[in-house]
Amino acid sequence: MKTLLIGEYREGKLLDSSYELFGFAGQLGAETTMLVVGSESQLPAFDGKLYLADVASCGEYNPDLHKQLILDTIQKENPDYVVFLHSSYGWDLAPRVAAKLKVAQVSEVIGLADGGFEVGCCNAKMRRTVKPSTARAVITIQAGAFPVTPLGGSPSVEKISATVTSNVSFAGYEPAEAKDVDLTRAEVIVTAGRGIGKKENVEVIAALAKALGGELGASRPVVDAGWVEHSHQVGTTGQTVSPKLYIACGVSGAIQHLAGMKKSDFIVAINKDKDAPIGEVADVLVVADVLQFVPALTAKL
Amino acid sequence: MKILVCIKQVPDMESRFKPAASGVWYDESDLAWRMNEYDEYAVEQAVQLREQLGEGCELTVLSIGPDRVGEAIKKALAMGCDRGVHVQDDAAATKDPWQIAGIIAAYAKDQGYDFIFTGMQSQDRGSAQVGVTVAEDLGYACATTLVGFAFADGTVTARRELEGGIKGIVKLTTPALVTCQLGLNIPRYPTLPNIMKAKKKEIQAIAVAELLKEEALAATVSFHPPAKKGGGIVLEGEMGTLVDQLMGILKEKTTVLR
Repeated sequence: MKTLLIGEYREGKLLDSSYELFGFAGQLGAETTMLVVGSESQLPAFDGKLYLADVASCGEYNPDLHKQLILDTIQKENPDYVVFLHSSYGWDLAPRVAAKLKVAQVSEVIGLADGGFEVGCCNAKMRRTVKPSTARAVITIQAGAFPVTPLGGSPSVEKISATVTSNVSFAGYEPAEAKDVDLTRAEVIVTAGRGIGKKENVEVIAALAKALGGELGASRPVVDAGWVEHSHQVGTTGQTVSPKLYIACGVSGAIQHLAGMKKSDFIVAINKDKDAPIGEVADVLVVADVLQFVPALTAKL
Repeated sequence: MKILVCIKQVPDMESRFKPAASGVWYDESDLAWRMNEYDEYAVEQAVQLREQLGEGCELTVLSIGPDRVGEAIKKALAMGCDRGVHVQDDAAATKDPWQIAGIIAAYAKDQGYDFIFTGMQSQDRGSAQVGVTVAEDLGYACATTLVGFAFADGTVTARRELEGGIKGIVKLTTPALVTCQLGLNIPRYPTLPNIMKAKKKEIQAIAVAELLKEEALAATVSFHPPAKKGGGIVLEGEMGTLVDQLMGILKEKTTVLR
């Protein structure tokens, strides 16, 4: 079995998460070849074949060109699986490749399962086992689901290029908003999730954070709704935190949130939904109404 | 100018999901249905663009599924879409993303849409494939995960959300398909007068057989709850007791209570 792994660069740097692709291939017991649109000064460390397109001329986001490079390489390598990270790069590019090849794509794989691939569904509350019906398949793997596997070594590089016309052009990066709150240093974080119901109830959560000498965190929906500023957001598109105590109040536990807090030393979740996925990472799940429980807890401190 | 927005109706995600008899998807009984959250942002952005472009612009909302999806279409019409298309398919849940995209592309291919909006993924299936695949089928410019959208002088300027809060700015020429991320805008609530007006808007029904030409490329072989990891304590019961129990655990297991 053979895999073609698609590594990722961001602002000139090879992303460490690219090594998770080797973790996936390792579990599959597959041979690996990698393709990156990157630079010779930042090569992934492994002993094997690397197809390298120059990022300076190809661009980090240039989906039509990257698609062509991958299609050309598939012709040469004939892989069983073409594997991307399920990231803003991977979920944008993978379906373009799969559609062009007319092969199955399995998205956001979290594990291998008997007869197929395990993926999350229903906001991560449930699982599906998906089996490609085509001989070749495109796979995207969930961030953090497979171990970062540093292999060491240096690849044998084959330089590639392609020319395409495109009606999509990249115009630059916009930096993340300045963070006036550094959650990464907090020992205690108390996070407000959608389950708090309305903006006025943020105070209830903030009061518990204060009583514990900690910081207020927020899940994505709470930030999107404008209840709490983005600088408090925990998760893939916010801050990644690992405090001594993390209390999630009315947070359902979307994958993007879990990825940002699951390394906390001790996790308490307060949620009236016993099946909420936050329960998967919580050391303690309190099944209760947040707006009743949190003030009662604060009063005891 | 012509705009298409594609929406899916999904269960409320707070529901308890149990496998259907087939064992490959959820049992649909006792579920409350709503518009896929990502698609609400897609509809709002499409309506805003429709308002920007003014008279002579037509905004169509399309959904695939059984009779119940008519409710989601009506909501989109009440938010400001001009007309609806209901692709009638009682077995939509058994189709893979390739087939769903094929149905949409088959409908859209001769319609001359300048813009197509979709959510970046559905809340229940979550494949994040359908929008991009439709764009590939139709040969449209495409960008995913938008948290910003502007159209001026024939060019779409899209702000893509990347990891760590960084944004990628992308320019697209029309025809273009974009997939919408949460937080792109603030989806409007339909007002009562607009709900009344929406009742008079046309919803065209098309049998799925007229549009489906593709075989599935992947099969779901099992739908099940996650394996319980164990280790976590679940506390349930009377409020005062719960607080005391949690206090006890925090004192024992953490160093933050002094």
